[in-house]
Amino acid sequence: MTHLIIFLFFGGLCVAGAVNLLVQRHPINSALSLVVVMGSLAVEYLLLGAEFVAAVQVIVYAGAIMVLFVFVIMLLNAGEEERTKGSRVAMLFGIPGMLVGSVLVGWVLIERTGTQTVSAGALPGAPRTIGWLLFHNFLLPFEVTSILVLIAIMGAVVLASHPDSDQGKKES
Amino acid sequence: MSPAGIAQAVPQGVEYVRILPEIVLSVSGMVIMVLDPLVDERGSQKLLGLIGLIGSVAAIAATLYQSQYPGLGFWGMVKVDAFSTFFHALVTAIAAVVILSSYEYMEVQRIRAGEYYGLILFGAVGMCLMSSAVELVLIFIALEISSISTYVLAGFRRRAAISSEASLKYFLLGSFATAFFLYGVALMFGATGSTSIAVIGEALRSNRIPVLAYAGVAFMFVGLGFKVAAAPFHVWTPDVYEGAPAPVVGFMSTAPKAAAFAVLLRVMFEANAPGRLGLIWVTAALSMTLGNVGALVQHNVKRLLAYSSLAHAGYLLVAFAALPNNGIPAAMFYTASYAAMNVGAFAVVSHLAGAGERFVTLDDYAGLGRRSPLLAATLTIFLLSLIGIPMTGGFFAKFYVFSAALQANLIGLTIIGVLNSAVGAYYYLRIIVMMYMREAREEVPAAIPVSPALGVALALSVAATLYLGLLPGKILAYASRSAAELLR
Repeated sequence: MTHLIIFLFFGGLCVAGAVNLLVQRHPINSALSLVVVMGSLAVEYLLLGAEFVAAVQVIVYAGAIMVLFVFVIMLLNAGEEERTKGSRVAMLFGIPGMLVGSVLVGWVLIERTGTQTVSAGALPGAPRTIGWLLFHNFLLPFEVTSILVLIAIMGAVVLASHPDSDQGKKES
Repeated sequence: MSPAGIAQAVPQGVEYVRILPEIVLSVSGMVIMVLDPLVDERGSQKLLGLIGLIGSVAAIAATLYQSQYPGLGFWGMVKVDAFSTFFHALVTAIAAVVILSSYEYMEVQRIRAGEYYGLILFGAVGMCLMSSAVELVLIFIALEISSISTYVLAGFRRRAAISSEASLKYFLLGSFATAFFLYGVALMFGATGSTSIAVIGEALRSNRIPVLAYAGVAFMFVGLGFKVAAAPFHVWTPDVYEGAPAPVVGFMSTAPKAAAFAVLLRVMFEANAPGRLGLIWVTAALSMTLGNVGALVQHNVKRLLAYSSLAHAGYLLVAFAALPNNGIPAAMFYTASYAAMNVGAFAVVSHLAGAGERFVTLDDYAGLGRRSPLLAATLTIFLLSLIGIPMTGGFFAKFYVFSAALQANLIGLTIIGVLNSAVGAYYYLRIIVMMYMREAREEVPAAIPVSPALGVALALSVAATLYLGLLPGKILAYASRSAAELLR
């Protein structure tokens, strides 16, 4: 029972955050409501028994990606957005389309697979299993990814550095 | 899934040997990165380039050493066999020759080149892994390493806007293509329940083929088709080749392509991909036709060679449509001989381009036969090989591909291919005519002497082109042997 209450509470919070994200006019406010969405999604995952996904959700999305978002907004110094009327087609077809689509998906999921209750830790995909796979069967891809990250950083440094830091500066 | 004894939990020593060339390349790349800020800016060119060269030559040696220990490594992630050895040797040799041919170019363009050599080595790590990986997740990561390093290399002429444009275009379209590949991998996993190529092959051989597998193959083919610049995924090619530094074009038109073809061979044949014939037929015919027709009207030599590389990707794909046991060796032979002639051709182009790459149009090649006869003769050999004249590697490459296609009864595709080769001869000959039969324009400066490093690079490319044209037997026999191993 407590599970259900917490689940519904964070479900509502998630939807409210998403709506607020769209309604807010300042990018920073939108970004912060996105944090709320990500955080409450993490709680939902946890309640559904996927604790690893929940942890990744917090670390990667609510942590790393949001920091990047906020950085970019601050660097660009983005102000309040200008209100446009918005496209009429989007209003006419978009909102009903989205409602119909989500009802359809929800109906199919419930009809086809049925509903069951799970508790945290009941499903496979525990951190232990994932860690074992990652540092065992997938050890080589995991290690090779570090080279991928390395060249990405190297590339960013090369392309962002000023051309005059080449040899040309010394000669001219 | 549970820990099953500590003996299996760590890789054995021999498994490290199976990724030895990659380790050698990564370590040399990191040495370059560490030394780059330490050495004097003037000296960085010579010293770091030398380390890059030593690294790639050591990687060739490591490949030869590694070939004595065939087998799987890292829980079925990499597989050392004759096939992987062939592509390892090819990629590292291309890297070595490109580094040699970049020395002079970087000095003329006044580009500080420390990271340049590092990126070539790291890119080669990805390409080597692509040829030995037998698991789609690892293939994807290796593909990304090879792609990202080429995106950055394409933008290395930072003073030229056209180079940044090339880099950005390549990056955007390339990421899109990679997403296609990844989606294909996901669908393949959905269809067969595994990302290991051996298991996928087993699943697709035994029971009824799920529809999802067809979609997976098609998506992966789109991703790889972009990487090898096959039509209709070729739109980026001319712009990127025009903007990127000339030695880099020599690198990226051969090494990543060879690696992508290696992946394609593994996915198509070892994983027994369904529905491949139709896909390849259309792509090959389109690539050959669009490439050759497009090249006819080009005035910029780099753009011309870009369209020519599109056409050659088409010829190569013809081999994929043929029967596996003679299609695979034909494709492998073609990648090797195309690499030899194309790296050489771009080495000449990069020498003639001059500071800021100002001299890259056909008119700038007028009278080259008189100005520097040796260089003109060298370029002529590469161009004749690209046409497919006997005595050069290009001849046997086309010969094997088309005879493999004929044995598979692909008469239509063979006719399209042969007709296209005839069209192709026109624009290659146009460059030769320009060099020998036209007067030089006034403003083109007298050719600067070829530096020793570039000379060695050119000599190696000429030697490889002629060797493959005169004595193709040994390489072909090796390729056939590795094809037999692949299909077993």
